[in-house]
Amino acid sequence: MALIHLSSPHVSNANSSPNMMRLVLIALLPGILAMTVFFGWGTLIQIALAATLALLFEAAVLRLRKRPVGFFLRDYSALVTAVLLAVALPPFSAWWVTATGIFVAIVIAKQLYGGLGNNPFNPAMVAYALLLVSFPVEMTRWTAPITQGGEGWQVASFIDTLRVIFGSVEPAFYDSFTGATPLDELRHRNGLTTEELWRQSDVLLNGVGAWYAVSAAWFMGGIFLLSRKVFTWHTPLSMLIALFLVASMFYGFDPDSYVSPIVHLGVGATMLGAFFIATDPVSSATSNRGKIVFGASIGVLIYIIRTWGNYPDAVAFSVLLLNLCAPFIDQYTQPRTYGHAKPNRGLKGKNQ
Amino acid sequence: MSTILTAVIVLFILAVLFGLLLGYASVRFRVEGNPIVDQIDAILPQTQCGQCGYPGCRPYAEAIANGDAINKCPPGGQATIEALADLLDVEPIPLDSEHGEEKPRSVAYIREDECIGCTKCIQACPVDAILGAAKQMHTVIASECTGCDLCVEPCPVDCIDMIPIETTPNTWKWPQPPSPMQLIATDTGRSIAASEVNS
Amino acid sequence: MSRVFSFHGGIHPPENKKQSTRAPIAKAPLPKQLVLPMQQHIGAAADPLVKVGDRVLKGQLIAEPIGRISASIHAPTSGTVVDIADYPVPHASGLSGECIVIEPDGEERWIEHQGLGDYRALKRADLIEHIRASGIAGMGGAGFPTDVKLHLSEDHIINTLIINAAECEPYITADDMLLREHANEVVGGIEVIAHLLRPSHVLIGIEDNKPNAIHALEAALKHCDLNIDLVVVPTKYPSGGERQLIKLLTNIEVPSGRIPADIGIVCQNVGTARAIYRAVHFGEPLISRIVTVTGDAVRHPRNLETLLGTPFSTLLEACDLRPDALSRLVMGGPMMGVTVDNDRIPVIKTTNCLIAATAQEMPPSPPARECIRCGMCEQACPAELLPQQLYWFSRGREFEKARHHNLFDCIECGACAYVCPSNIPLVQYYRFAKSEIRTEEREQRKADHARQRFEARQARLEREAAEKEARRKARAAEAARAQSQKAAATGNADSGAAQASGAPDIKQLKTAAAVARTKLKKAQKAYDEALAGNADNLKALEQALEEARQKAEQAEKALAGGVPPQSQGAQADTLKQLKTAAAVARTKLKKAQDALKNAEDKGLPGVDKLRQTVEALEQKAGEAEQALRDAEQKPAAAALNAAPESTASRPDSKALKQQVSIMRTKLKKAESALDSCEDATERSRLEAEVAELRTRFDAASTAFEQAEQALIDAAAKAGVDLKQLRIDAAMARATVTKTERALQKAEDDSERARLEQELSAARTRADALNQTLSQYE
Ligand code: SF4
Ligand code: SF4
Ligand code: SF4
Ligand code: SF4
Repeated sequence: MALIHLSSPHVSNANSSPNMMRLVLIALLPGILAMTVFFGWGTLIQIALAATLALLFEAAVLRLRKRPVGFFLRDYSALVTAVLLAVALPPFSAWWVTATGIFVAIVIAKQLYGGLGNNPFNPAMVAYALLLVSFPVEMTRWTAPITQGGEGWQVASFIDTLRVIFGSVEPAFYDSFTGATPLDELRHRNGLTTEELWRQSDVLLNGVGAWYAVSAAWFMGGIFLLSRKVFTWHTPLSMLIALFLVASMFYGFDPDSYVSPIVHLGVGATMLGAFFIATDPVSSATSNRGKIVFGASIGVLIYIIRTWGNYPDAVAFSVLLLNLCAPFIDQYTQPRTYGHAKPNRGLKGKNQ
Repeated sequence: MSTILTAVIVLFILAVLFGLLLGYASVRFRVEGNPIVDQIDAILPQTQCGQCGYPGCRPYAEAIANGDAINKCPPGGQATIEALADLLDVEPIPLDSEHGEEKPRSVAYIREDECIGCTKCIQACPVDAILGAAKQMHTVIASECTGCDLCVEPCPVDCIDMIPIETTPNTWKWPQPPSPMQLIATDTGRSIAASEVNS
Repeated sequence: MSRVFSFHGGIHPPENKKQSTRAPIAKAPLPKQLVLPMQQHIGAAADPLVKVGDRVLKGQLIAEPIGRISASIHAPTSGTVVDIADYPVPHASGLSGECIVIEPDGEERWIEHQGLGDYRALKRADLIEHIRASGIAGMGGAGFPTDVKLHLSEDHIINTLIINAAECEPYITADDMLLREHANEVVGGIEVIAHLLRPSHVLIGIEDNKPNAIHALEAALKHCDLNIDLVVVPTKYPSGGERQLIKLLTNIEVPSGRIPADIGIVCQNVGTARAIYRAVHFGEPLISRIVTVTGDAVRHPRNLETLLGTPFSTLLEACDLRPDALSRLVMGGPMMGVTVDNDRIPVIKTTNCLIAATAQEMPPSPPARECIRCGMCEQACPAELLPQQLYWFSRGREFEKARHHNLFDCIECGACAYVCPSNIPLVQYYRFAKSEIRTEEREQRKADHARQRFEARQARLEREAAEKEARRKARAAEAARAQSQKAAATGNADSGAAQASGAPDIKQLKTAAAVARTKLKKAQKAYDEALAGNADNLKALEQALEEARQKAEQAEKALAGGVPPQSQGAQADTLKQLKTAAAVARTKLKKAQDALKNAEDKGLPGVDKLRQTVEALEQKAGEAEQALRDAEQKPAAAALNAAPESTASRPDSKALKQQVSIMRTKLKKAESALDSCEDATERSRLEAEVAELRTRFDAASTAFEQAEQALIDAAAKAGVDLKQLRIDAAMARATVTKTERALQKAEDDSERARLEQELSAARTRADALNQTLSQYE
């Protein structure tokens, strides 16, 4: 008969962590599709490469740590990390860039900290930031999107893409269809006003459409996840609103030297970050109010780094910085418990 | 020259100011701390059994405050050692088995029809938990007994038993659920330790 | 007015309520035995009033409450009390508690009972007392004694009475069915409660998934002149939690750590209301309740009107259990209930549901994964806690932090564990942490208490010592005065003093003897030291010693001579003195022996002298003991002759006994010294000592035995002194156990053999004594 001491509740709903990870993977599909359409085969190849490597690394480390390999592989978290990193990398990055990134993400940022649930930083973003710092050239060479003269798609066929990624073509060929991203373009403005820059630059004039489309795809995926209650609205919404508000403020103040808020929301990794990266539960704040603070801070930081920082895109750094602050935010944003006049603040207890 | 002088003077004034500030703060915000002996004594189990080698918990608390080892109290066991280590900011060490082993809590029980009324146990009991008079039957007030064992030896007819306290539904504790790792891992202690290092 | 508010969180688990509402409430069959735990409520356990073998009538009080928060227990049917002992009780621990077991006679004969008639005419205190006497405790789950809540209007202003009919847990339909079939009784009970508490309005909270019950209630309320609002709340777990329901109906939160009455609200369950109705209008105590028996493993899930104490097995059988399909038996609802491993556990006042679940219905939960901090739990928590943080702290045993995160505001509703995608048994962690904290607190309280007592005792001992010291000083002063007086008196008249002031004389002599003894001791010590150091002035010292000894002897002789054979009353005194003298002599002898042995071992000069001393001392000790024995035997014999049935022969055997025990202790000490001894020569010396001690011990025990034998004979002749005999028996038994213990510890073979012999001897003696004892008993 029954075992004793089984604690209640005796029923639970079917939503399991692996299931949630699967939902995230599904929600990533429209964005992946959009990227493939606009930037060529590169994205798909990167995803395949990253996923394979991630699973291999994860299995290897689990074996080293004497953990049940199958059980943990089936939680899909390694796959999610791999896909997130793969879509964040330029589609034509060399294979060793991806491999280094995955190694850092899975082995160092995740497993060395104790595996899923114990990592203080978002693994994909740790890897991305590291790659950005180590290989700045490789990391800023994006494919020109199909909307920009329609070349990328035709020039780099599947085979060519493979050859680019695995490093057996001339750099000249490679250069012929890659270029800067809109954010790069907007950074290195050489004294032009935004208006002039916009009219002058091919990337901005024609290429930005592709970026908007991809962002829209990420946004759709995010809405899907929200509807499935995989995360709450607090983080993404507060992040987007904060970014929008700060950007509008400066834009309204001086439209010549600052970029419009729409562009901020639409290009780069803003949408991807808002819905898929900042919402990573493990490394973000927990309470609802905490999530709002967390998201809003990321939004503001993104703007600051994009506008005055040294790197074109800022999602990774902002998220990592806020990951660092998450425990602190948690301590000061405890919800007001039922029956208490005001929430508890800070931590009690001798340690820490 | 004058710049150097200015700098020196400014620094000096600053130093004086901060010194005053600090001095004021240390007076104003002084934490009226319990003397350490009281704090230690509050952690010790107050069984007063003397197994630590001191005549009661308070003397041992004083000894600890003067630098004695914290692992000599068997009734308190590992939990007490850890609390002491936490209080004194030292590494917890395992219980010194020389002083005895951690045993389940118990109470003394006098088999009353065998008691000859010698009052020896009354004299031995550190917390006056035994009731009786010369040549009368004695009995233990169970709620006051700390289970220190001291009354057992003096009894000439050996009629005192130490009975382990049984868990009743009212004192029963929920067990700690096995940690997520242990549930599924077929692994050994080594890797559990490793996981603790990692996490 | 009846607006519905909302509370944070909550979940919507599958309801599974339809199964058990198809059939009307039926009566559960009468089981062979009813087991009534003494603790069916929160608070102190009740105290049995009946004995095994008593016949009880239905509704008879069989256990009375102890203290204010407690509830009485009544016999659910007529029959015989067959046992009062520990049986498994419905508790998460699966432990046992005190129960009264009644074997029904099937006649269901009621004790005389009747309703109160017009309860409004009664004093409120009397009415509440009647309810208390009916043993009613909250029937919703916690089981808080109802009368305590009804008293609340005395020191609180109660403006709202909330009747909890929400019944939010899945599966349970006991309240639902109760309302469908007995809504009138429930409303009648509410009237009584309202009469007692005088609230300004009454709210009934019910979930919208019970339309039939709502209809029935509405119909019943039509005949009620009270202002009762029926508030239908949306179905959401846990809206039936007291605090959540209050928030739902009034939008007020009960402050943490307080009770609803502090904000003017009292909650009662519908089942309780009905029990109050039955008690007030029919005089029926709480002896039965409605239990939902459901789950896929029973073929006919339904609600049963069940006598308290009915074992679960009877209910399951009545609902057609499929035993092989049963995988988990849950008492209570699926969210907060506890599993039981034993189907003989009885129904108590708080048992509202029994779920016989199949493995498909409640599958074992998959292995827990690490918390991914997804925050689902937080969204579901009705107490607005951070369950994931609480989980981390509980798991890491950081209880202080857990408390800071309001662990004790957790109502253990299970909503968090229900939604957790990592399948972490969160609630168990909280329960674990809570019980650890509670135990810690209990122990801390106990420790503080012990410290207080210890310090008080310490203070007392010090005071006593100080007093003793003061008394001693006073006595010394007194003695000095007496002496000077005495000197004066001796100077005046020698003749009268001998008789009239015999006592001071003796005292003085005693002092003199004591002084002499001390001197002797000192001299001896000096001599010993000198001996050890091979000093030159050995001769002189020897002389001094001899002198001192002589003086001591004189003094003692004088003392012995000076103690006249006084009247019978003073004999005890003499006896005591003699005893002391004997003891002193023995000690001296022992010391001398030690010194001798020492000297012998070391081959020092003056050994012969010492030996002589020892012999002399031995003789003296022998004399002293002889004197003691004589003195002891005289009165004893006299008393024995005078009154054969008197217990005067006791001192003799007692003294002997004491001697034996002293000997035993000494022997033990010597033996342990021997055990720990390393050095060979030392060892041999110790061995010799042990051997000697053993002979003496044997002699003493033989003497004791003889005395005892004599005593027993005397007792046999002159009626029996049972107590003494019993003590002896206990003593003998103690010897046996002690020897046994020693035997267990003994390693050495020869030692073992010896001990075994001793053990068997001790056993025989114990047996003999026991036999004698049993003869007389
Ligand atoms: S060993 Fe006994 S006396 Fe010493 S501290 Fe522990 S409980 Fe107190
Ligand atoms: S009764 Fe015995 S065991 Fe209990 S406290 Fe007193 S001496 Fe110790
Ligand atoms: S629901 Fe479970 S996994 Fe999610 S935060 Fe809560 S405890 Fe962690
Ligand atoms: S069990 Fe406690 S922590 Fe979990 S949801 Fe219920 S009240 Fe919140």
